[in-house]
Amino acid sequence: MYTQGLDQKPDTEKQVDGTEQLVRFQARIDADEKIEPKDWMPDGYRKTLIRQISQHAHSEIVGMLPEGNWITRAPTLRRKAILLAKVQDEAGHGLYLYSATETLGVSRDQLTEQLLTGKAKYSSIFNYPTLSWADIGAIGWLVDGAAIMNQIPLCRCSYGPYARAMVRVCKEESFHQRQGFEIMLELSRGSDAQRRMAQDALNRWWWPSLMMFGPSDVDSKHSAQSMAWKIKRFSNDELRQKFVDVTVPQAEFLGLTMPDTDLDWNESRGHYDFGEIDWQEFYEVLKGNGPCNRERLAARQSAHDDGAWVRTAAVAYAQKQKRRCQAA
Amino acid sequence: MTDKTHLFEYLLRLGDNALVLGQRLGEWVAHGPELEEEMAMANFALDYIGQARLFLSYAGEVEGQRRDEDQLAFLRDSIDFKNVLLVEQPNGDFGQTIARQFLYESFYQFQLEGLSRSTDTRIAEIAERVSKEIRYHLRHTRKWVLRLGDGTDESHKRIQNSFDELWRFSGELFVADETDNWAVEHGIGPNPETLSSRWNQFVGAALTEATLIQPDDGWMDGGGRYGRHSEHLGYLLADMQFLQRAYPAASW
Repeated sequence: MYTQGLDQKPDTEKQVDGTEQLVRFQARIDADEKIEPKDWMPDGYRKTLIRQISQHAHSEIVGMLPEGNWITRAPTLRRKAILLAKVQDEAGHGLYLYSATETLGVSRDQLTEQLLTGKAKYSSIFNYPTLSWADIGAIGWLVDGAAIMNQIPLCRCSYGPYARAMVRVCKEESFHQRQGFEIMLELSRGSDAQRRMAQDALNRWWWPSLMMFGPSDVDSKHSAQSMAWKIKRFSNDELRQKFVDVTVPQAEFLGLTMPDTDLDWNESRGHYDFGEIDWQEFYEVLKGNGPCNRERLAARQSAHDDGAWVRTAAVAYAQKQKRRCQAA
Repeated sequence: MTDKTHLFEYLLRLGDNALVLGQRLGEWVAHGPELEEEMAMANFALDYIGQARLFLSYAGEVEGQRRDEDQLAFLRDSIDFKNVLLVEQPNGDFGQTIARQFLYESFYQFQLEGLSRSTDTRIAEIAERVSKEIRYHLRHTRKWVLRLGDGTDESHKRIQNSFDELWRFSGELFVADETDNWAVEHGIGPNPETLSSRWNQFVGAALTEATLIQPDDGWMDGGGRYGRHSEHLGYLLADMQFLQRAYPAASW
């Protein structure tokens, strides 16, 4: 759908030599200048940003579902309040990010349609189920933890609206990460049943969290250009390693066992070595064959369909009010 | 009944109304008609859970049996829940949630106004704070009553139907019983009977503006405040209390 937006190039663009513009554009990026919505930008840059920011927005929105599962079942009122606030933050992130995408010439309706038709992707992690309360802890600790690793560099992304949105998103995410860790801590210091719940959540969420950083650098098809445009600042594997290095001691602190027999500190590298990711699983989930892909999209679709009459009514009412104002 | 048991009872009613409605609104998260509305629902749910915590913690202290907010919320069965029937009614479609919200909050705003003048300073302080939240909710909810009532034929029909269906739960809000009379005598809270004319006026004005018909006061359902609930509450509690029931005495 966004090609529609991309086709509407400003007339001025045609008057200037494309190559010269590209050189000037790259020079601005290299000088760490921010690119703003009205500035000229290459189609590829625009397209990459639309893809990336909207995927990010969709992930926030779909991500509300697995966590939303536990709002009604949170074990204490304090935990319920924290979870509600967290999920509300995610809706807020979705909103800023949709707005940031709109500055690139694509509407929220178009983006929603892309999500619902399966044309746009969202983070595969949300296609895994939340089976116990510990999953809410594991999501905060690991999924938000991994998201922060990915997102902190985006605060310095070359595209102004995205970079600014990410500053706020990151602050809230790091709060969520600490809350998730706190849930895990409480469980790991609790009864045997609670520890079992926590360990099971770690077993199920660890590998999918590592997959959140995307394919290995060798196979990542978007990386090089995104690096040159400063949309991306670190490679997938660098960020994944950083995440592993930070998270392993946290798991030790919790007294939980990482579900990876190859995990070991490598003195000479100064990093943890870890086992091979099951990329087959990653690509299957990406294709739609994860445990909850169908449920997630069906839930968004039914929210959209069930709400159609409400949105239509709101528009009709606004039009009536406008006519009344004009008539008055 | 002693002052202590009356006050405990009174606080449970306030706390349970907030808790049950907060729980209902929480069910909307990630299923709303529009992202903005999902945020609004989560926000309202969060406000209500916060209110429930304030009222139930206080109730636990008054009771003096070492029950905290969570023991009161998660370890009582429906017979001991003192909320009105209106707040436990299922969400239905978005319009039904709006209608339920509007009927209840139109009452709650006036109740809070009275409570903010309570001789019990703790209640007065809570009510003062909560009034601000409810004023904002009500502005939002009233606007939706107008949009849906005066929107399309379909939305008009749907929300009219929701008001018709829910109207029978409005009577319970204004019945004064022994506990209410005790509260009035001690300056703790308002007499609910005296709130009904303002409520009727407030609700009536919005319904008229929304081109909706105010349902007739016919037979009114009730009993929630005495632990006689609709079938819906049991499921709500089963869902809400599951972890505390399945893992007794665990800390979360």
